[in-house]
Amino acid sequence: MSIHKKSEVAETAEHGLETPGFSVGEILKQRGVSRRDFLKFCTVMTAAMSLPASFAPSVAQALDEVKRPTLVWLNFQDCTGDSEALLRAANPTVGEIILDILSVDYHETIMAAAGHQADEALESTITKYKGKYICVVEGSISMKDDGVYGCTSGKTHLEIARRVCGSAAATIAIGTCAAYGGIAAAVPNPTGAVGVKDAVPGATVINLPGCPCNADNLTATIVHYLVFGKIPAMDSKGRPLFAYGKRIHDNCERRPHFDAGQYVEHWGDDAHRKGFCLYKMGCKGPGTFHNCPTQRYNEKTSWPVASGHGCAGCSEPQFWDSMGPMYKRLPNVPGFGIEHTADQIGLGMAVGVASAFAVHGVVTALRRDKKPEETKEG
Amino acid sequence: MSEPLVFKRYYVWQLPVRICHWISALSVFLLAISGFLIGYPVIAGSSPESFLMGWVRFIHFVAGYALIISVIARLLWSLNDHCFSGWREYFPFLTGEGRKEMLVMLKYYFFIDRKTPDSVGHNPLAVTAYVGLFLIFFGMFVSGFALYAEHAPGGTMYAMLKPAYMLMSTQIMRQYHHLGMWLIICFIINHIYSVWLIDIKEKGGEITSIFSGYKYTSRVHVFSEGKECDENGCFIKVKK
Repeated sequence: MSIHKKSEVAETAEHGLETPGFSVGEILKQRGVSRRDFLKFCTVMTAAMSLPASFAPSVAQALDEVKRPTLVWLNFQDCTGDSEALLRAANPTVGEIILDILSVDYHETIMAAAGHQADEALESTITKYKGKYICVVEGSISMKDDGVYGCTSGKTHLEIARRVCGSAAATIAIGTCAAYGGIAAAVPNPTGAVGVKDAVPGATVINLPGCPCNADNLTATIVHYLVFGKIPAMDSKGRPLFAYGKRIHDNCERRPHFDAGQYVEHWGDDAHRKGFCLYKMGCKGPGTFHNCPTQRYNEKTSWPVASGHGCAGCSEPQFWDSMGPMYKRLPNVPGFGIEHTADQIGLGMAVGVASAFAVHGVVTALRRDKKPEETKEG
Repeated sequence: MSEPLVFKRYYVWQLPVRICHWISALSVFLLAISGFLIGYPVIAGSSPESFLMGWVRFIHFVAGYALIISVIARLLWSLNDHCFSGWREYFPFLTGEGRKEMLVMLKYYFFIDRKTPDSVGHNPLAVTAYVGLFLIFFGMFVSGFALYAEHAPGGTMYAMLKPAYMLMSTQIMRQYHHLGMWLIICFIINHIYSVWLIDIKEKGGEITSIFSGYKYTSRVHVFSEGKECDENGCFIKVKK
């Protein structure tokens, strides 16, 4: 079955780590994950990475041989929603396998160590595996006033991010907060919150926005890194194309209703019960890039639109500021009080212009012009 | 009684100018209606096969292409040396003669002077509004095609419009696209009122000119940007 070299064992023994660097395949076997489940997992990951099915054996072989990568997980200004999304994965396959594949050396929420012990674990990992470990960041980083608004064990998040992300092989910014600042960065952004790439411009950052990020996309990104040894192709906003390359609207299961002109008008109306398009209920699918319709959440159980709620646009930069209000198509225009869209203001303008010209017309009609003879040139 | 007025006929709008005007007018009309239906789909498809919104969007996109082609064609046509359709006509404020005419128009519009204006080519104020209209069109093309290109983020159009995506989120772009439509509607109200007013006041056939190409004036000398024009719209040397 799996090919694991003796030199690898020796190498890990040298490191003296608790978790030896056996190949992933070997570890999964030890944990009682059947070969069948492992191959299933590889097929799922191949599909998530938008690779043809013929790649599945290559993925399996690569994962069989690859050594457990070391991973540190940093929590900054967040709600731990992305950790929850990963840990709450209902089905044992993907969620558990990824935790088994990875050597999670530091994760504040799930690690047993606390206090100085935890600090030491982080310190020893980033020193020992400098330039080799993967760093996952959850939550935005406060930049205002030297980042004093977000501290862990006496150090600012900015300081930690610079040190840990700066010497990582790659940093995965998980969730919208870590990718673009998210809700913490919404106006008025009291802590000066930014995403990882803005806080540590030198780091290699892969953005996996979403609120929460789909655990399958995180797994696929790590698997991609393990299989190909490099980060996946990304768009201009630093997101992997395999997960964020297509617009939700274009892959939506309710799209035929959009094209047909069948829309939900009110929550709970007949159209809503029939599963018509949520466009008029403020769905932001037409402006959001994510693989939710195909990948879905919680082991492909469901996703917002499938459950009858429009897309909130959570994986786009400036989410919350630009994607609001949640139940309206267009944003409100600032400076005109709440609930004023561009169209209400536009209609007011058009009526104003029409009235002005109507008055002008009446005044002109009542005035006597000079005869053209009087103004004749020449 | 003074002697009767002699009106002279001038060929002001060449055929391509008129064609561009009407293609643009028709496209804007279709774009406004289909655009409104895209923003507020009051339509109701009877079955999932009806493709009603699909057709509305199709009309919007085709009309959008027609408008951009028409506007580009008109801009290219303005490179010719015609008295009334050349690009110089669009910037009356650059010449003393043009500024003088603008002032006359402004005084007339704001009821300061009762002297009836008499412009043969473009009305100097209207043409300034057209420059504004072209700028609004440019904004509408950028925002419209940027929103359209999102269906193929790997495509050429998306790559070409990258600066627009960098500048603002697509929701804000959508908002400006709606506001742009209202600005164009305001322009149309102004445009139709003004041609009507000028048609009555100048008695030069303002409204029919965009169909026939001819305008009439009792002016002895017709100037455009300080140069004198003959009745075919060609520049002639000013005899001093």
